[in-house]
Amino acid sequence: MKRFAALFATLDETRATNQKVAAMRRYFSESAPEDAAWGLYFLRGSRLKRLIAPSRIRVWAAQATALSEAVLDESYAHVGDLAETLALLLDTSGRAHDDDTPLSIWVQRLQALREADETAQRAALLQWWQQLPMLQCFLLNKLLTGELRVGVSAGLATRALAESAALLPALVNERLMGDWQPSAEAFRRVIAPVAMAATAPSDIAPRSAQPYPFCLANPLEADPAGLGAIDEFCVEWKWDGIRCQLIRRAGKTFLWSRGEEMLDGRFPEIEALAERLPDGCVLDGEVLAWREGQVLPFALLQKRIGRKQVGAKLLAEAPVALLAYDLLEWRGVDLREQPLARRRAQLETLAADHGLIVSPRVLAAGWSELAQLREGSRERGVEGLMLKRLDSPYRAGRKTGVWWKWKIDPLTFDGVLVYAQSGHGRRSNLYSDYTLAVWDGDALVPVAKAYSGLTDAELIEMDRWIRAHTREKFGPVRSVEPGQVFEIAFEGIAASSRHKSGIAMRFPRIRRWRRDKLAQDADRIETLRALLAQADTKIGDSSVED
Amino acid sequence: MWDVARGLVEQMDLIVPTPQGLYCPAGDFHIDPAAPVARAIITHGHGDHARPGSREYWGTDVGFGLLRERLGISAKIHKLRYGEILQFGAAKVSLHPAGHVLGSAQVRIEVDGEVWVVSGDYKREPDPSCAPFEPQKCDVFITESTFALPVYRWPDPSIVAREIFDWWQQCKVDGVCAMLCCYSLGKAQRILAELKIHTDEMVYLHGAMTRLVKLYRDAGVLMLPTDVVTNQPKNFDWKGRLVLAPPGASGTPWVKRFRPLSIGFASGWMRVRGSRRRQAYDRGFVLSDHADWPSLLRTIEETGAKRVLAMHGHTDALVLHLRERGIDAAPLELHHGASPGALNAATEAAAEIAAEAGALDHMSNNASGSTMDQHSELDFSED
Ligand SMILES: [Zn+2]
Ligand SMILES: [Zn+2]
Repeated sequence: MKRFAALFATLDETRATNQKVAAMRRYFSESAPEDAAWGLYFLRGSRLKRLIAPSRIRVWAAQATALSEAVLDESYAHVGDLAETLALLLDTSGRAHDDDTPLSIWVQRLQALREADETAQRAALLQWWQQLPMLQCFLLNKLLTGELRVGVSAGLATRALAESAALLPALVNERLMGDWQPSAEAFRRVIAPVAMAATAPSDIAPRSAQPYPFCLANPLEADPAGLGAIDEFCVEWKWDGIRCQLIRRAGKTFLWSRGEEMLDGRFPEIEALAERLPDGCVLDGEVLAWREGQVLPFALLQKRIGRKQVGAKLLAEAPVALLAYDLLEWRGVDLREQPLARRRAQLETLAADHGLIVSPRVLAAGWSELAQLREGSRERGVEGLMLKRLDSPYRAGRKTGVWWKWKIDPLTFDGVLVYAQSGHGRRSNLYSDYTLAVWDGDALVPVAKAYSGLTDAELIEMDRWIRAHTREKFGPVRSVEPGQVFEIAFEGIAASSRHKSGIAMRFPRIRRWRRDKLAQDADRIETLRALLAQADTKIGDSSVED
Repeated sequence: MWDVARGLVEQMDLIVPTPQGLYCPAGDFHIDPAAPVARAIITHGHGDHARPGSREYWGTDVGFGLLRERLGISAKIHKLRYGEILQFGAAKVSLHPAGHVLGSAQVRIEVDGEVWVVSGDYKREPDPSCAPFEPQKCDVFITESTFALPVYRWPDPSIVAREIFDWWQQCKVDGVCAMLCCYSLGKAQRILAELKIHTDEMVYLHGAMTRLVKLYRDAGVLMLPTDVVTNQPKNFDWKGRLVLAPPGASGTPWVKRFRPLSIGFASGWMRVRGSRRRQAYDRGFVLSDHADWPSLLRTIEETGAKRVLAMHGHTDALVLHLRERGIDAAPLELHHGASPGALNAATEAAAEIAAEAGALDHMSNNASGSTMDQHSELDFSED
């Protein structure tokens, strides 16, 4: 883990992309394949499942450091990251000795610990904490809690690996698609020269199950007129569901999410449809909660996401459908280099023959008419528009100038700050995570938690205000006097029995600090309930069963 | 008198918090007052401790130049040698080395055999640019607590100096300028002195630092040769040079001339990854002029104090920890507002980020805003 720790430190402290790539390249070429494999796995953002609950780690840490839990909590509140807090606390002088145990062995040790009982887990942890130098101790804690995040994108890690193996990034990316499991063998296959990889036996998901890298859209901030003529584009609604690839090959069906998660078994409606498709067919599309040609709120789809077994009741309550965007493979032939106009034509023919729903084109005579149509997005239950160049090939990743997403402005409400929590990572010294409330009679009911949206200067000012107006402290959380109002933007609203307010919001974030408003000027719960009712009318009854 | 009546019931405190800052009723003087008073004892020259406007000042002879710089030419400043005893009313007062910056002092106050010590800012690591901390036995110890959390534990400063030197050398290899951000008073001079065992190369200073560096030289502190950035010709090649600048400078157009460059920051806050990352420096060096957690505990033990009052920073954790160990500890809350105690450490750390975020002008123009002036250098005027 020493080498991985050194890489982590380098990535953490360099801002230049080229230097980051160089550091990763060095790591891949200098590490043993099984370590490089795990390094790659973590660099691409995959994580181990959480092994030990943070609450238990906290208790053991107090024992290991001979500090009271109260002092530990103060430290945690300041640092904002449990793994780092522990590493810093355990970093007593005269223990900066080395540990050369490879990363792959550490992963093995940790996985073995999953089966162990609590006493054994505790003993192992206390020993490792005493033995590891600070940065490795930090990484170990991150692995334990399943929170390891390295500051590079999956794309950058892939690029570094491709460079070190002298391969095209697109090829490496393709080899890594799907549920890639790290091992020396799997790593060798990823970096194998072009001819060898094709013939290598596979111990991972069969090649026939592999999806293509997804083509992603860039947000459109400017006037779309600057993009060119409207008839150069295929315009569609921007649907708010789960982006997927549906693969039908060799008589089998595979459904992959954009996060490269296999969704098989969860959506029987879609699998039934796929069985009617010919072999060698790959569709790009969106899974949506859908009934009679109408999209249903995302909250209903969410009920399906978590379930591997779907009962008849849920199937009836939250039916889903795949809205096809694109045809990437047809009769075993990769169509991605063909222009979108051709792929779309083929897709529409296929849809007519097999009862597939294609994401409809939005037709407008000009950009201004399209802008008007976009205003009606919320009523349709979509997030805005997608603009895709008709002459564009299907590109991997977020290439500019090919696909654009033109989203509508979010919903907003004015909320009163009631709780503040110190942030994590970048903002660990500041109270930056806010809980916002609205009025319900004379009481304030929390309705949303927002983490971002203020400038650094505003954050600092708020941090001071929070400290000066604290009512009570609960570990890292402070309740504050109702005195600050923020305009909160959010993407959607749904009923929820888990929240005291009965309301759950999607992607709430701070839009503006309303210094001009007093706490009593904030919105009332009735306003949000009205928005909820609007959303509900489309579902009918949305009783939540959790 | 009411005070006398109270004194019969319980021991009178030698030092009490007031809106102006710490006050000694027996000697009728303030320590590091936040607002103008009649008699002010100043622990050291940092902006949150030495403020102009009081009628008379007392400080160490070693730190006289720095106090003069802060308090202005018309200020009436009395010089005291370390250990020299002065009688203020019923109080015997003396100053003792605090190891924080040049001329920094703890204030020892004795009334009728009872001894209180106000630590001022202090540290315990060796520092070639100032006299080392000397623990004083006392009954009550008022300690700073800027870094009073067990996560703060300083590495050996000579190792950190080596890291800074290595980074500079790496910048030469990479063909970039090495710009190190650090507080203008204390940290910059300490680094210039620490680096002396590695090189005798010229170091370039931001204009805000030149006078302060000269004051250190005048006091006999040995440092690397320095020159001011603006003395260099327009086409000067900055590759491989070491430039020292106040933290606030890194986000301003002033840095453009050094590009390509690597920016480092030397501060105790760099111990925490979040602070390092938030401030987007290329390198963080953990080097502080304040006491870390082990030093605070060790110092409190060495004073033998039965009662400890914590101010200036993260008082909560320290107070909790001391109470768990049977020491009578409490936070010393100065009146809210512009006093050092009201300013917590996180905000202090954040001052430089704010500076970078472009809030610099706003803050330095803010007349009442001495809160942000803590140890960060917002008073640089070059460019
Ligand atoms: Zn100071
Ligand atoms: Zn201070």
